[in-house]
Amino acid sequence: MAETSTSAAGVIFIVAMIAALAATYRPLGDYIYRTVTREHDRPCFQNTIERGIYRLVGVKRDTEQRWGGYARSVLAFSAVSVVFLYGFLRLQSLLPYSNGLEGVPAPLAWNTAVSFTTNTNWQAYSGEATMGIAVQAACLAVQNFVSAAVGIAVAIVLVRGFARKLTDKLGNFWVDLTRIVLWVLIPISAACAIVLIAGGAVQNLSDFTTATTATGDTQIITGGLVASQEAIKDLGTNGGGYYNVNAAHPFENPTSWTNFIIIYLFLAIPFSLPRTFGRMVGDKRQGLAIAAAMGVIAIVSAGLVVGFESFADGTVPQAVTAAMEGRDVRFGVPDSALFAAGTTLTSTGSVDSFHDSYTAFGGGMLILNMMLGEVAPGGVGAGLYGMLVLAVITVFIAGLMVGRTPEYLGKKIGAREIKLAGMYFLVTPALLLIGLAASIAVPSNLESMANSGQHGLSEMMYAFTSASNNNGSAFAGFGADTPWFNTALGLCMLFGRFLPIILALALAGSLARQRPTPASGGTFPTHQPLFVGMVVGVTVILVALTFLPVLALGPLAEGLQ
Amino acid sequence: MQRLPRWITQHLAAFRALLALTVITGILYPLAILAVAQLPGLSDKADGSLVYDEDGYVIGSSLLGQSFTDDEGDAVLSYFQSRPSAAGDGYDPLTTSASNLGPEDVVDAQPDPALGWDGDENAAQSLLTQVCERSFTIGAREGVDGSRPYCTPSGESAVGAVLGVYYSQGTGGDVTRVVSLNEQCGTVESPFLAVYEGTEVECAEYGEDHSAAIVTPIAGDAGGDPAVPADAVTASASGLDPHISPEYAELQAGRIAAERGTDSGTVLDLIDDHTDGRFLGFMGEPAVNVLELNLALDEEFPLT
Repeated sequence: MAETSTSAAGVIFIVAMIAALAATYRPLGDYIYRTVTREHDRPCFQNTIERGIYRLVGVKRDTEQRWGGYARSVLAFSAVSVVFLYGFLRLQSLLPYSNGLEGVPAPLAWNTAVSFTTNTNWQAYSGEATMGIAVQAACLAVQNFVSAAVGIAVAIVLVRGFARKLTDKLGNFWVDLTRIVLWVLIPISAACAIVLIAGGAVQNLSDFTTATTATGDTQIITGGLVASQEAIKDLGTNGGGYYNVNAAHPFENPTSWTNFIIIYLFLAIPFSLPRTFGRMVGDKRQGLAIAAAMGVIAIVSAGLVVGFESFADGTVPQAVTAAMEGRDVRFGVPDSALFAAGTTLTSTGSVDSFHDSYTAFGGGMLILNMMLGEVAPGGVGAGLYGMLVLAVITVFIAGLMVGRTPEYLGKKIGAREIKLAGMYFLVTPALLLIGLAASIAVPSNLESMANSGQHGLSEMMYAFTSASNNNGSAFAGFGADTPWFNTALGLCMLFGRFLPIILALALAGSLARQRPTPASGGTFPTHQPLFVGMVVGVTVILVALTFLPVLALGPLAEGLQ
Repeated sequence: MQRLPRWITQHLAAFRALLALTVITGILYPLAILAVAQLPGLSDKADGSLVYDEDGYVIGSSLLGQSFTDDEGDAVLSYFQSRPSAAGDGYDPLTTSASNLGPEDVVDAQPDPALGWDGDENAAQSLLTQVCERSFTIGAREGVDGSRPYCTPSGESAVGAVLGVYYSQGTGGDVTRVVSLNEQCGTVESPFLAVYEGTEVECAEYGEDHSAAIVTPIAGDAGGDPAVPADAVTASASGLDPHISPEYAELQAGRIAAERGTDSGTVLDLIDDHTDGRFLGFMGEPAVNVLELNLALDEEFPLT
């Protein structure tokens, strides 16, 4: 067989990924729809199991909450999670299966607890040197499940806000949380974990195996419950690697086809949730329009990242003749670049190549992907509610153009709704730019930069972008394990997660109270290509206006030298 | 008993929910996967794809790369060499890492001449100089031309070919002074370029600050198709990359054949047997597993 060229193989890889996502759009979206809307009183084994959990937790499954009650439950659950995680990390040395590792120092434990609770999975530590099997499985992986479920639950509530009328009841957080974890996340993770093991991912309880190499050297081979954590880390768009080098590690991501599965996993739920949305509001075309807006941005962005990396601009890539620094041979440049684009377009933050060594424009695109607010397709749940907020802003702008009261899905977008949507949009830029500016003003912080000049600024910019948007990937040369950055980035993660969640829930509450307006001849149709184009345009323009100045100082200046 | 305030019961419910979900997702789920991983066909992989010698001792993992170097860190010539690694001293699974150096990391932090590269902890080679030096070393080892664009073409070793150019008006105007930033005075006879824009090029004095100069990499005339392949001169993402490209393996075939007392054709056939093509023809890149290839060498052409 004639050998395919690298670029042709890369293009086929992208096309195959799109085909895989398109194939599961309907079944996965419909399955999530059935899971979150199932009746409690119908006999089925799922209801029986759930009943036991609700009794244990002490919640009444039939009591629906208002948006405020739902938000307080989300916050209570997350607060308890942070405290629980912090405590276990500090006390690691007392736990069994801790590989003899010490308790985690206070600033790092705070940062990590916040990072995993907020679905960020920013890691200011090296997995193999800091976290034993016990905290990885019983603390960090648990948050991979529940923080993902929180994101999906909030998205479902916002959709209920559009779908319901004349009510302030929006569902029960504990029911949504339990169902999403038990019936969506666990089954898919379990199946994929076993597939990853078949590819070579490890799943064992061994501390270390000492090997004597062919040349008489010693190599310590690490173990751990890796495959089970790898599956949910990607499915839940978490991204926190078991090992320091994350999904570049052959024990997490052993082959080129596990690489394909991992990229698929972190795109699958975010791209299928619009289908769930369409089913819940009773118009599948609305879901398809949202998925299309996500898809357009994702394809353009992924194409640009793969293109920039394949073109290998910059002094070192030109000297090497390929952007191979920080890439493993089995993945190659194009597949690594697609992984990087996908991990920053979602809120995953898992990496199979090292973004710090990307070309100036390729790395800049990764930062821009996160600055888009991670809506194309975004994190599980977070991507959908982010995109719906942008859709609200879009119909508002469209309404201004023609001088009509804007409506979306029959709900009026009035002063209260647009204020909530506007504040939602402003949260992450404010956190990112203020955090970055404040950090640069402190001279000692500059020592954290591993590269000099514009690239050093890009490293710090990447850190604040990643934390504020709950991504978790990094220009990993950046020395983030200092008290300043552990604290500042921790605050960015916390506010970047929960302020938008509160605003999205408030928006849901305000929408659900309304009586729907019947569509008339003057209603702007929100299921047609014109609307998709407008959502994409509004997203790109808002983000460009907000971030162009800061991007010009970092990646743009580096690339245009 | 007085009822607890609402906000406390809320947090207690949250705590019970977290405990229940911790038992399910943090204990039962990973242990269930662990149990399935004990099935024949999966268990070897779940345990790390370990490779054993004939006495049953672990040599390594077929998924993790290794260094084939001696105590000094020099290549053992009878083995295929792996890629450069930024994981600890190389291929250390306890400190996995990439270099994280960027595309414009081209200026070395020169060492104090009294201490040298190994003694001065503030000294650091730029990524460009690392690439140039690796290319030069591999070229010399394999008997090919190790030159690359943006590298100095000197005889003893190679560094990044980077000039610091001073202009009369900061970033524009006439060239007033030119320094070869990676060539320290005393270590080179003369800079790689004698004259730039009509100005004589100086070597770099240790300790002099050139931050006002415009960093100007010089492509040179090495051409865009170097003999030493890209993966041979760059550090991997994992620091544990088990593979090299087929091109890098083939480059090493002549040396291996000579060391092992056979002909290159036989070694090339062996490389071919250990090359994994793209999965389904389009996923990833063709790759040669270095540990497996070296163990096959030991089996077929044992060192006496």
